[in-house]
This record gives sequence, structure tokens and C-alpha cells, in this order.
Amino acid sequence: MTKGVNLLRQWIFGNFLRRLRKSPKQGALDLVNRTVHSTDFPGEYEGYDDAWDQQKFEKDFRIDMIKMSHDELEFDMVGIDAAIANAFRRILLAEVPTMAIEKVFIYNNTSIIQDEVLAHRLGLIPIKADPRLFEFRSEDDTEGTAEDTIEFQLKVKCTKNTHAKDTTDPDDLYKDHKVTTKHLKWIPVGSQGEIFKDGDLRPVHDDILIAKLRPGQEIDLRVHCVKGFGKDHAKFSPVATASYRLLPEITLLKPIKGELAKKLKKCFSPGVIEVDGKGSNKTARVANARKDTCSREVLRHDDLKDLVKLSRIRNHFIFSVESTGILPPDILVEEAIKVLMSKCRTFMNELSQAT
Amino acid sequence: MIYTFNLFPQQDKWKLLPAFLKVKGLVKQHIDSFNYFINVEIKSIMKANEKILSDADPNFYMKYLNIYVGMPDVEEGFNITKPISPHECRLRDMTYSAPITVDIEYTRGNQRIVRNNLPIGRMPIMLRSSNCVLNGKSPAEMAKLNECPMDPGGYFITKGSEKVILIQEQLSKNRMIVDTESGRKNVIECSVTSSTHERKSKTYVSTKKEKFYLRHNTFSEDIPVAIAFKAMGIECDQEIVQMIGSEEEVLSSIAPCLEECHRQQVYTQMQALKYIGNKVRPRRMWGGPKKTKIEEAREALHDIVLSHVPVVQWNFKLKAAYLALMVRRVILAQGNKVQADDRDYYGNKRLELAGQLLSLLFEDLFKKFNSELKRIADMTIPKPRAAQFDIVKHMRQDQITNGLVNAISTGNWSIKRFKMDRAGVTQVLSRLSYISALGMMTRISSQFEKTRKVSGPRSLQPSQWGMLCPSDTPEGEACGLVKNLALMTHITTDLDEAPIIRLAFNLGVEDIQFLSGEEMTSPQVYMVFLNGNILGVIRNYQKLVKTIRLMRRAGYINEFVSVCTNHSHKCVYISTDGGRLCRPYIIVKDCHPLVESRHIEELSQGFRSFDDFLKEGLVEYLDVNEENDCMISLYESGITKKTTHLEIEPFTILGVCAGLIPYPHHNQSPRNTYQCAMGKQAMGTIGLNQRNRIDTLLYLLCYPQAPLVKSKTIELINFDKLPAGQNATVAVMSYSGYDIEDALVLNKASLDRGFGRCLVYRKQGVTMKRYANQSFDKVMGPLIDATTNKPVWKHSALDTDGICAAAERIENRQVLVNKWMPTVTATQLQSGMAGQPTQQQSQDYREVPITYKGAEASYVEKVLISSNPEEAFLIKMLLRQTRRPEIGDKFSSRHGQKGVCGLIVPQEDMPFTDLIMNPHGYPSRMTVGKLMELLGSKAGVLDGKFHYGTAFGGDKVEDLSADLIRHGFNYLGKDYVTSGVTGEPLEAYIYFGPIYYQKLKHMVLDKMHARAKGPRAVLTRQPTEGRSRDGGLRLGEMERDCLIGYGASMLLLERLMISSDSFEVDVCGECGLLGYSGWCQYCKSSRHVSTLKMPYACKLLFQELQSMNIAPRLTLKPYNQV
Repeated sequence: MTKGVNLLRQWIFGNFLRRLRKSPKQGALDLVNRTVHSTDFPGEYEGYDDAWDQQKFEKDFRIDMIKMSHDELEFDMVGIDAAIANAFRRILLAEVPTMAIEKVFIYNNTSIIQDEVLAHRLGLIPIKADPRLFEFRSEDDTEGTAEDTIEFQLKVKCTKNTHAKDTTDPDDLYKDHKVTTKHLKWIPVGSQGEIFKDGDLRPVHDDILIAKLRPGQEIDLRVHCVKGFGKDHAKFSPVATASYRLLPEITLLKPIKGELAKKLKKCFSPGVIEVDGKGSNKTARVANARKDTCSREVLRHDDLKDLVKLSRIRNHFIFSVESTGILPPDILVEEAIKVLMSKCRTFMNELSQAT
Repeated sequence: MIYTFNLFPQQDKWKLLPAFLKVKGLVKQHIDSFNYFINVEIKSIMKANEKILSDADPNFYMKYLNIYVGMPDVEEGFNITKPISPHECRLRDMTYSAPITVDIEYTRGNQRIVRNNLPIGRMPIMLRSSNCVLNGKSPAEMAKLNECPMDPGGYFITKGSEKVILIQEQLSKNRMIVDTESGRKNVIECSVTSSTHERKSKTYVSTKKEKFYLRHNTFSEDIPVAIAFKAMGIECDQEIVQMIGSEEEVLSSIAPCLEECHRQQVYTQMQALKYIGNKVRPRRMWGGPKKTKIEEAREALHDIVLSHVPVVQWNFKLKAAYLALMVRRVILAQGNKVQADDRDYYGNKRLELAGQLLSLLFEDLFKKFNSELKRIADMTIPKPRAAQFDIVKHMRQDQITNGLVNAISTGNWSIKRFKMDRAGVTQVLSRLSYISALGMMTRISSQFEKTRKVSGPRSLQPSQWGMLCPSDTPEGEACGLVKNLALMTHITTDLDEAPIIRLAFNLGVEDIQFLSGEEMTSPQVYMVFLNGNILGVIRNYQKLVKTIRLMRRAGYINEFVSVCTNHSHKCVYISTDGGRLCRPYIIVKDCHPLVESRHIEELSQGFRSFDDFLKEGLVEYLDVNEENDCMISLYESGITKKTTHLEIEPFTILGVCAGLIPYPHHNQSPRNTYQCAMGKQAMGTIGLNQRNRIDTLLYLLCYPQAPLVKSKTIELINFDKLPAGQNATVAVMSYSGYDIEDALVLNKASLDRGFGRCLVYRKQGVTMKRYANQSFDKVMGPLIDATTNKPVWKHSALDTDGICAAAERIENRQVLVNKWMPTVTATQLQSGMAGQPTQQQSQDYREVPITYKGAEASYVEKVLISSNPEEAFLIKMLLRQTRRPEIGDKFSSRHGQKGVCGLIVPQEDMPFTDLIMNPHGYPSRMTVGKLMELLGSKAGVLDGKFHYGTAFGGDKVEDLSADLIRHGFNYLGKDYVTSGVTGEPLEAYIYFGPIYYQKLKHMVLDKMHARAKGPRAVLTRQPTEGRSRDGGLRLGEMERDCLIGYGASMLLLERLMISSDSFEVDVCGECGLLGYSGWCQYCKSSRHVSTLKMPYACKLLFQELQSMNIAPRLTLKPYNQV
């Protein structure tokens, strides 16, 4: 037990954060193990030492940032157990809090869309607001304070466009017939006006269609955004999805030459297999197994299936985090780590209190 | 030898189908039939009953000159009418009907008067018929009328509810059927159901002791055929034999009949008529001169026996020939020369549609109307009056109106002159989904009894090919009896016979009147029939058939005339009657389909319509009988020298419901049948006007989607525009154990994002009645709590007018309308004498609020305040619930694979799917189509397009796999999946992709039920039964047996008595009878009375027995002495 706890402490407090921030671009492929299942007990697999070794771990563990944009992050996490990698994924999906619309006060809704459906649609709109600046709202609170609530107003009325001529396009015929997120107007609660500037608190995208109106119809409502967890409702999830895959490994068991090499290349995603040489001297080589989508197409071909071995590296996780745009993906990962850290802390406190 | 032609690319033939559906098919048969009735048939009904004479005044007459059915309207106030739209009728609980007006000529005193446009009643109008306001309207105009342009029409609106007259299947009228007698096996008889405007009767020729008899309801006894012939004026035995047939076999069969005739000493027509006259059942005839037996017999033969065979001026020749043929058919069938007819053969069936049924009803009502007028005339004319008798003043509209409206709204079709009394002819149009409404319009109900356990009428008949859907039939008792039309079936209406008769005679048919018996039965000739009547004989029958077909293709005679030869009968049958099923085929000439690619090109460019194909003789309609005379090739590749026709598209053998299934030809057949039933329960969209409707129950999907794998049928019936389902990403794997027995595992995040979210609308209606004593209901404002100055909780949803406000939340037992009703409604107020209504009495009101009942709260969507035709206020409220899927809700794919939600799992524990389906659903069900649908959807999603899964075609799996490979997926559709719980890869690749899932209307919220204590039945004091009455859950006999077997006696006692109807009775230990409050009335003592508990039902039994003079006595002992 102590060893396990030690593991977590060492690892999390020791290296992890530091390594994430300044990792090398891309390292060599690590071919440690190709078994699918992790071992519940060390020593399960013959000839493979999977007993915990702090030094070995510190040496092997590595995080490589591959790709990052404002809402997408791809990074490799190498030399770690699947359970830990999965914990990050799960926390990203369900336990990193964000702000989302939770309460809708409808004053008037004469549109075709039903109140409940409208409220549901509003709820799913990602709200650009740093959740770290807000508190959780207590359940019996209906008013909300500046610390836990963001308020928006949606007040749209559709009118006829009197200038429209000879057209059947609703865009020309009517004004404001599409209610989108750009119509959501931020209303400062309490002292929020002093803390936040205009545009600090807003929907991530301003072109999300909320409802359609026709002349005479109107929507007048106010919404409260509160802080929440993805496990309560998917609208609080900060990621569109967070996932990982294992690094594919392709081994050519025999040299593959000539036409067969060309065929082999076709069986994989572009860039996975390259063919060197010319004429009958053509030889296939694995250029970048990482790019393979693992369609297992080679195995369909009788002449190729015995020449290739397909496998994955069991402790090389290729993470992909797609943010909804509320927070940049790297911050999300950082938050996820913090969540796991605080969980460990709570767990260890509980343990020490129990003993 | 097989010839193939490449002139005509196979892929394009289907384009004929939308063109066909524009003019015929689907629900057009209802509309055609109704149009035929209101435009043509109603005029001939009027002609047949055009004169009303009076017995009182020989000079009086009234004659109908013309009859019209107008456009639907509504009377707004006195004599002011305005056109009405169907949707207004639905909302205001009115009948969508149009006035029937007549032009008449009659006498008033000595004047002859012509009056035009006199209303005699109102005719409910079928939607989209020629007289409907929607006829010929563009989609935009429809939208103005609040009508869905995709709505099929073909139904009626009576008293606000949509009613469909189901298609009725019947054995053909006026056709001979040779079959084994019902009840007696191996006895062959020939029967004909004759049907004319006046009468319907059934005539049999049967065998008894090797002799032939004529059997009919009017005869109290069977008549030997020979005597019947003699009574018809064929007195010579030789002539009789010649008419029946002079082959050796026939001769020997008839001999005993003739012998019997001689034994009865019947030689002349008079003798025969006398013989028959004694057997005629006396008909109750009031009035009229008394008739002799001979006259009676003659009239029976003339009017009643084989009434459809015309007898002109007492010339029985044709009827005798017909009877002879019936005898001949029986003889031939006995000798197994000719096979007996098959009752289930679809060529022997006719379908009755709304038009025919309504015309029967209308003729009955019209006759009643006329006889009523006659009665009034007879009664009024003799009386001396100041004003002259004017019959127009006595024409009352309500009889015809109510007769038609009541028949349609109740479905009870009773027609006196045919002694017909059918129930359930109409049904409420099911608006659960678009498909359920459409499916109802193509439904055919059979007259066959459901309880009978015979397989013949239920099983699929080969002759139903292409006409009826082989998949769409309900399970259970109505299996095979309720059928559905296939996509391209059309049902004919009646056609004029005269031109066909003229044509036939011009083509060398010899009239039977001029022929001797020998010539009729000569082996060289074929007999020619028109609609079951003998027309004559012909030698060169091939020429006749060929010419008629040529004339039809050239458009000289109607396209629905069918002609076919039956070589075993040696007959040519020509049919022009209504109710035949037919469908179009491409004509093939010299191994060459006449429809070529240039025609199809012109069609898609809009230069051509389906009618042009018909007119140019490229395509023709074949009915079931004629189909049997043709060689029809399914594909071009199958065309041989003998081929006469080519199928347009094979998938048209399926109906609308089966047409939704992708790749149905890869599924086990019963699965398709299951889906046909389930497609009707799927939620989604019911029409573009769904939000304007106020239906009793309406299920809608929040975010309906068009299926990723479509079929041609889906496009043709607009299912992609009015879908009922969502494309769910499915992983076929086992998960958690909460997926056994077809249960599904749903992703919580998917539900959060709106998967399977549905809206349930319910109607609440009230009418504000006006009573006989001039008092009326009223609505009161909400009750205000004096302390808070707010409405009390019960009335918190009410507006100031006392009706709930739109967008209010309504909880259980809250009031929707605060209605008050006068306490006295029956007796007249004593206002007459004082001249002023007494104020006090009108104030006696009591509260009758309309309250909301439901476990879950609802929201008021809208409130309609209107008036119905009875001038009463009508308040309708539409209540709405939004429901997200929960455990126990039912879902199904389009392959008869239904399942309930067994578990809802957070997204981080799941693969990236909406739902998980257990793979055990596949092996035993063999729904390969579902596997293919997944591949098709997955490939479609990757390319951003829809794939086709049309029956007997559709995109090939090979191509779909190639698409998957192109996008870097595995060709089998299996993917590598990581467990969300452990974070490790699963041990197997998972079949993974989108499948179209339907949410079915069965939801837990509507079914959940529990009870601790509650209401009890009055008689037995046991808990009530059923959820709607908040009933108890029954511990039945079998459950009781379990407890007995287990020996849990105290539990048994508790369940069956204490928790049910425990009752304390006083029993006298002396006499064993029941006493009361410690006193035995029998012993007049209280000494031995003891109190014990027993079920109330037991006590009830004792008392009931006592009331029947049986004294049940109980023997009591102290418990320690038992």
C-alpha cells in the first residue's frame, strides 16, 4: 500500500508538471512491450520486468507535445500505465469544471420552438468564461452573485424587411429571423462590470443557431450561467472529446520488394510505408507508423499478411484533446492534472487519518 | 434463348415510379373511387330512383333532373355559408362536408314547376378529392390552409376526427366459383353471388345423390336442375343436354337428373313452374294483387335467382345458358377434368373502396328519403288544405346528412336492401407517425372471421405478387387477414360496359340468343364473358384477345379493361368492373422493352408524364387475371422470345411500411414483418402542420433525422422529409450485463445533447353547454387566497378568465378550466308566468373543474377557444411534456430489433457511441440487413452522402467496404476500441457505426404504476384493476400456487385476505349462519356468536347462496380444539 501511495506522490509531485511544460519535440520510438493487457501483478509476463522502479520510471517517462492549436492538442505520453493515462482522459471529460447556462428565465417566447427545447439548446452553448474565476453556486440559491453567476440576455424580435423585393429567401425577407449566439448580451451581475471588460464573457462562437423566427415572433429571456461538472451534464464538459490511442507498430518480417512493396504501401495510410529504390529493386520500409489508422487492410491480402506484423506499443499514448473553446487545451490538461493531484491529496489525507 | 438489349439502362426504369405515383397508386385509389362516386355514380343512382309518384293523386309526380355535390362549406348563422378548410374542421370538431343539391321537376296542384339547386343533405368530403378545397393547390397554398403538403388525403373528417374507410376485400360478385361445399367435403358445388343495384343473392348448383340441384334462399327446398330448365322454357330434354354439353362424361352425369324430372312428372313449363311455385318461400308483400303460385315461381326465377343475368321480356335463354354452364362446371370439376376454383386466388377478389361503400349507403338513404317523400305526399294530398301541396317544403336534409355522418363516424355500415350490417368499416386515422397514417391508407381488411382457424385465407397467395405487400401484416389474430397494398397497385373503378359489348360483337362474338345449345358447348368455340355475364361464343378467340389488347394500348378503350383466356374453362373473360387490383408493366415486343432510355430522358426533363407512356402504348395496366395470361420478366436479362411484359422495378412488390427497411432482402422475413408493425409506433414527425394540430395524443421527436441509408421508397413517400428516428452511433458489443435480452445501453452525454428526446402533446377539451332550461355552463376566475392575495395553489395556472394560460406549468390535480355548471338543468325555470327569468335559480351553480392528472407536470402549449356547430363554446388545451430517454424506454432499429434501455452510462465509461447493442441479437434473428445498414451509414458519413439500401438493389457491400478502406477504416466495419473504465484496449475489434434508431411510443412514464392503498371495487371490496383506476397488482392463481407449494401460509393469508378484502363477520356457532353486531337473528341469541375475519367475497358468496335458498353454515370450534 505504502509503495503505491509513494508512487503517486513521487510521480505527480516530482516530474509530471515540469515535464509537460518543456518537453522535447519528438523522441525516438520506444518499443517496450506489446502485450495488450496491463498486469494486475508484477511478474505476470515472462521475461519482462514490470515491477515498480522509481528510477527506471523517471528515466523512461516522457511527454512530447506534437501539435497544438487554439482548440486542439496532440501530445504523447510515454512510459506510463494505462490506468493513469485513462484517469486524465476521464477527468478531462467529466471533472474539469466550466461555466454553462443552467437557468433560463423566459419572459416571452412566441416562437415555434418550445420553451424546454429552447432552454436545452441554450444550455449546450459553450460560454467563453474562465471557470477558475468563479465559484460553485449553492443549490438553493436562485438569485446568484457576482462570484458564481454570469447573466446574459436574449431579446430578439423578428420583423419584416420592407425593402425586400422579388425574393423568397428568408434572409432577405425578414430581419432577425435567425436567433444566434451573437444576440446573447452579457449583463454584469453586481460588481462584474468592474472586473470584466466587454467581450470577456461571451459565447465561444457567435454563429450558433438557437432558433428561427418569423415576423411578429419574439424571444425575450435571461439566462444564468453557473459552474458545473461534465459528469452532471455534458454541457459542462470542457472538451468536445478527449481520447488517446496507442502508438501503432508495424514490423516487416521479411524484406518486401517490387510490386508487392507498392501494394503494401497502398494498404496503409499515406506516409506510413515508403518505397525506396527503383525498378525491381524497390524495397518497402516503415517510414512513420504513427500515421497509420490501423485499418488492418494488409491482413486481407494473402500474399502480404504473413510478411507484416501489426502491433501497438502499450505504454505509448497518443493523446488528443479537443477543447470546446472555453479554455485552451493545454490549460485543460493542466487543470486535469490539478484535479488528479487534489484527488490524490484527499485520498492520502483520508489514509493518514484512518491509520 | 436469351436476348439482351442495352438500349435501355436498367438503373433508370425506376423513374417511371414517381411519375406513376403522381397520377395513381398509394392513396389515389381512395380518391379516385370517391371522385367516381360523387361525379358519376351518384348521378346514376339518381337516375335509377328518379321518379316519385303518389298513390293519392295520379297526376302528382316529382322527378329528379340532376344531382350535384358541391364544395365544402359551413353555415355561419342563418343561410350564410362560407367555405371551410379541413383544418378548421379538425380544430372545431366539425364535419368536413358539402351540400348535395338536386334539380327537380314536380307538380304543385296543376302547375308544373322546375326548381334548381335544392339541398337534400350533406356529403362528407374526402380530403384531396375533386371537391375538396385542397384539390390542385400548391404547397404554399396548402400551408396557408394549415395543411401539410405531404399529407396523403383520402380520409374524411367527421365531428373533428379523421376517419378512414378501410379497403374491404371480398369475393368477386357475379362470378361462378366451383368449390367444395362448405361443411361437406368432396361435394363440389358451383356458387354465384349475384349483385345488382336492387338485390344481392347467392345461387348454388350442388349435387345430391349424383343429381344436380338448384339451391337458393327463396326456395324452401332444392330444385332439380332439369325442372329449373323447364321452368325457364327449355322443355326439351335434348336441348337441356345440349346446353350443358354432349360429351360422353357430361351426358352420363345429367341422365339421373332428367330421370328425376320425369319421375316428378314435370314435362312442360307450366308444370315446372307449379312445382317450383310450391317451393317458393312466401315473401311478405303488403298491398298489390295476390299472385298465383305460377306467377310467384316465374318472378322468383326472373328477379331473384341469378339476378345479375338480364332477362328481357321473359326470355330466359341467357339465364338458362348460365345455369347450364354452372351445371357443366360442376360436372367437369367432379371428373377432375378442370380444377376447382381457388377462393383465395386474388383474381377472384374485389376490393371495395370508400366510393363503392358510400354509394351503397347513399342509395339506401336516397331511397329512404324518396319513400319518406312519397309517404308524406300520400298522407297530405287527400287532406283539404288552404295552401297547395308543395313537396319541396317537406324535403328534410338531416336524414341523408346524419345517415352518412353517423356511418362514417361510427363505422357501422347498415344497408337495408342488402341486409348488410357491418361494423368497423371506418377507423380513426392513426397519427402516431407519418408512416402510421400512410400505412393505414393502404390497409385492406378482409371480411373473413378472425376467430376461424383456417390457414388458406391467411397465407400469402402467389397471385398477390406485386399487388399486396408480402411483409406488412399484423401479428396475432388478424395475421394475413389484414393486408397492405404494394407501392404500385391501383384499384379500378367501374367502367361502362356498352362500348366493350359493341366491340366484342364487332370482333365476331356470336350472341348467345341466336345459338343452339349444341353450338354453345361445341369444343371449337370459346365462350366470352363480360363481367361474369355470358356475351356469346367465338371461334377465333386469339384474335379477339389480341385485338382488345391492341385497342386498349392504342387508347380506343379504357386502359383498365382486362381480358384473359382460361383454356381449361374454354372461356375468354373480359372485365371492366371496379375493385380489381392492377399494376403497370412495360410492354415487351419482339424481345425488346418498348420503353427506351430516350423516353426516360424525356420523362426526367418533364416533357412526358406517366399518362403519355400509357397513351403511346409503352406501358399498360395488368390486373391479377391478365397477369396470368402474360409472361412477365423481372429484369431485362430475363427477357426471352415468349416475354410479353417487363417489371418496372422489383422493389415495388413491397408496401410503404416495408419500403423503409434498408436491405430487406437480406433479412429473415418475419423481421421485416415486425418492423412494419413497429414503424407505425415510431415517434418523429407526423406532418408539417403538426404544431397546428390539437390531437388527443401526439408524439414528436425533438431532433428527428433523415436516415443515412435511404431507399427509393423512402424518397417516394417523403419519409426523408418527415422522418421518425435518429442516426445513432452503435457499438455492437456486450457491456455491463444490463444489456441482456436485447436491452440497450445508452450514453448519458448523448441524452444530454438531445438523443431520443421527445415531446408528448395531450389534449384536454371542454364544451360550455347550454341546457334545455336556458341555463348554461360558465367559467369562473381563479380563487384568490385572502392572505397572500394570490390564486390558491389549485388555481395557480389559471388566467383571470378562468382558463389556464399558455406556457404555464400544470401539476397533478391543478385546475385547467374552472368550469361551473348549473345545478338544475332539466326542469324549466319558472320564468313564463312572471315574464322575467328568476335571478335566484340561475345562481345555483356547482364547481366542475377540469383538472390535470398525471405523474409528471405538463406545460400548456396553447389554448383554443372556439364554438362548435352546436353553437356551444369549445375550449381545447394542448399540454406538452418534454421527455428525455430513461431506463425502460423502448427503441428499435429498422429491422424488427426492438429493445428497452437497460442502463445509462456516463460518456467517460463508454466507447464514443450513442448506444451499445448486445451482439446476441444477431445470430438467431439473422438480420443481415442491419449489418449492411451499419456499413452503408458509416461509409455515407465518411463521404458526407446518403447511401441506398433499396430492396433487391441498393449499394453493394463491396463498394461500401471500399469507401471505408479509402478513409482508413477497416473494411469489415470493425474498429479498435479502448475500454473507458480501465483505459486498456478491448480484446476484440468492435462492429461500430451509425444505425437508424426509432424511439417507440412505449415509455416507462406512461406505464409506471404502484399502489399501497387505494380505491376498491364496490361489490367485492377488493382493490380495483388496472393502472387507470389506480388498481392493485394482482397475485394471480399461479402465483398463489407457488405460495401454497412453498408453504408460506401467513404470506398467503396476508396477500389474499388482509391486504385485499378482509371483513369481520359475526358467526353464530350454534346455527353456523351469519349474524349481525353480536346477535344471531336465527337463534335469537347472542350466546354463541363469535367474530371472525374472512374475505368479503366469501361473505358475499354466502349471502348470494342464501338468496337462492341455499343455507351455507359454518362450523366453529375453539382454536385449541382443532
